[in-house]
Amino acid sequence: MSAAALAPAAPDRDAPPSAATRRAYGLLPALALLIAWEASSRFALVDPKILPSLAAVLQRAVTELSEGRLLGDIGASLARDLVGFALGSALGVPLGLALGLSRTLDRVIGPTFNAVKQIAIFAWIPLLSVWFGVGEEAKIAFIALAAFTPAVVNAWNGARAVPPKLAEVAEVLTLNRWRRLVTLTLPAALPSIFIGLHLGLIQSWLATVGAEYFMTVGPGIGGLMTEGREHFHMDLVFLGVLLLGLIGLALNLAATRLEARALRWRSR
Amino acid sequence: MTQGTLDLQGVGKRYSVSGASFTALQGIDLSIPAGEFLSIVGASGCGKSTLLRLIVGLERQHDGAILLDGRALDGPGLDRAIVFQEHRLFPWLTAAENVALGLLTSKRSAADKRRLVRDHLDLVGLSAFADAYPSQLSGGMAQRVAIARALVNRPRILLLDEPFGALDALTRTHLQGELQRIVRAEGITAILVTHDVEEALFLGDRVVVMHPRPGRIASIIPAARLPLGADGAHDRADPTFVRLREEVLAQLAPADAAPRAASLAA
Repeated sequence: MSAAALAPAAPDRDAPPSAATRRAYGLLPALALLIAWEASSRFALVDPKILPSLAAVLQRAVTELSEGRLLGDIGASLARDLVGFALGSALGVPLGLALGLSRTLDRVIGPTFNAVKQIAIFAWIPLLSVWFGVGEEAKIAFIALAAFTPAVVNAWNGARAVPPKLAEVAEVLTLNRWRRLVTLTLPAALPSIFIGLHLGLIQSWLATVGAEYFMTVGPGIGGLMTEGREHFHMDLVFLGVLLLGLIGLALNLAATRLEARALRWRSR
Repeated sequence: MTQGTLDLQGVGKRYSVSGASFTALQGIDLSIPAGEFLSIVGASGCGKSTLLRLIVGLERQHDGAILLDGRALDGPGLDRAIVFQEHRLFPWLTAAENVALGLLTSKRSAADKRRLVRDHLDLVGLSAFADAYPSQLSGGMAQRVAIARALVNRPRILLLDEPFGALDALTRTHLQGELQRIVRAEGITAILVTHDVEEALFLGDRVVVMHPRPGRIASIIPAARLPLGADGAHDRADPTFVRLREEVLAQLAPADAAPRAASLAA
């Protein structure tokens, strides 16, 4: 038996760090930030009115939770986000595929789409507010738009990226258009489609906050933060920021997991 | 064996490369009887792969006539199958699903198709890997799956475009034996294109030697000149085999360096 096998716990200096170690490294800056935050309020380095202590923010979270409002706000934001994301993706992926599959559509619609997508997403807020009114519809339309653009662009790229050598196999096997689409074009486009959905998920979460913050006030994390700002409850604002970050992180993680599962043929 | 006779009559192919015309193939006359294993050997650029692309139907414009069992070919069809140098398996499908791809446009019953897929994975010795994805297979195994995919529809003609060119020497030698066994078991016509002279002589009943610029047939080594071993396969160690290999290699050398090739007609 080798020495390495006898002492499996001894770390090898030259070996690359394990996945768990690498994850731990990644958490270090966040941890350092939290410590710096807590220390600065403990030693009264900053005005608690501007930077409330971590404990105060957590206390606020507990209060809001017990009053039953916080979960409602989180739920409202998430629901809005997912409805908008689903809508934007459901429209964007088929359009992108159609653009990638049809040379005519690519020529007719492509240039217009590429021009329109250059408009910064927040520039749509005044327009959408006028078109869809001040209610929920305008917010969802805005979130859907945020998910729509990356969904189109990446499905479009994916549908064009069929390897020519595999296309020859489909030709030799005399696959018709439909079978070719199902067995070759769509699976070949899938990695790219997933990139679009993943980006769309991130963009639509950002748009959710934007919609809640810049459009009419209503239930949601953005509304909670607006309220905190207006009443100068900085702990409430910070609670909102923390929630946004954590939920964004969770969505991102979920998307990565789903992607790895759906594309397991690639990594094995 | 009544089906699978291929006739090439004055087949030529010209490409237009940035305005200039380039002749890839010229005056190819070949008659391949059903059940024959024909090898085509030549240096790169001699148009041997182009010839296979014409027969399989990936290229449709050509001079002359290509007849399968007396009928002119028009585009790809399930009566012909091809194995490329790369396995070209669909990475998102398992080995069995990739083989089944060859049956997608077949009108057989579902039960029939399942049996055919199983039988052909068996034929190439990969039954245990039916559910493996291509990325989990070695290069040699993936190429066997590609052979099974080509054969599953029971084509009349099997075309092989340097099928072992990307494999290591050991795997190549092993798969050459396997291929010979498989093609004999299926009893179909096979055309192998290769730049490996020994492979061409080992597998071919006849061997066509091609020259480049323009791609044309230089000579044909008839079956009678290839020594058969006790097992019915060509014996690589036989002195006649070795002499023949040197002779073909000399023919394939650049024109100015090649000695005048002796007439190879039997």
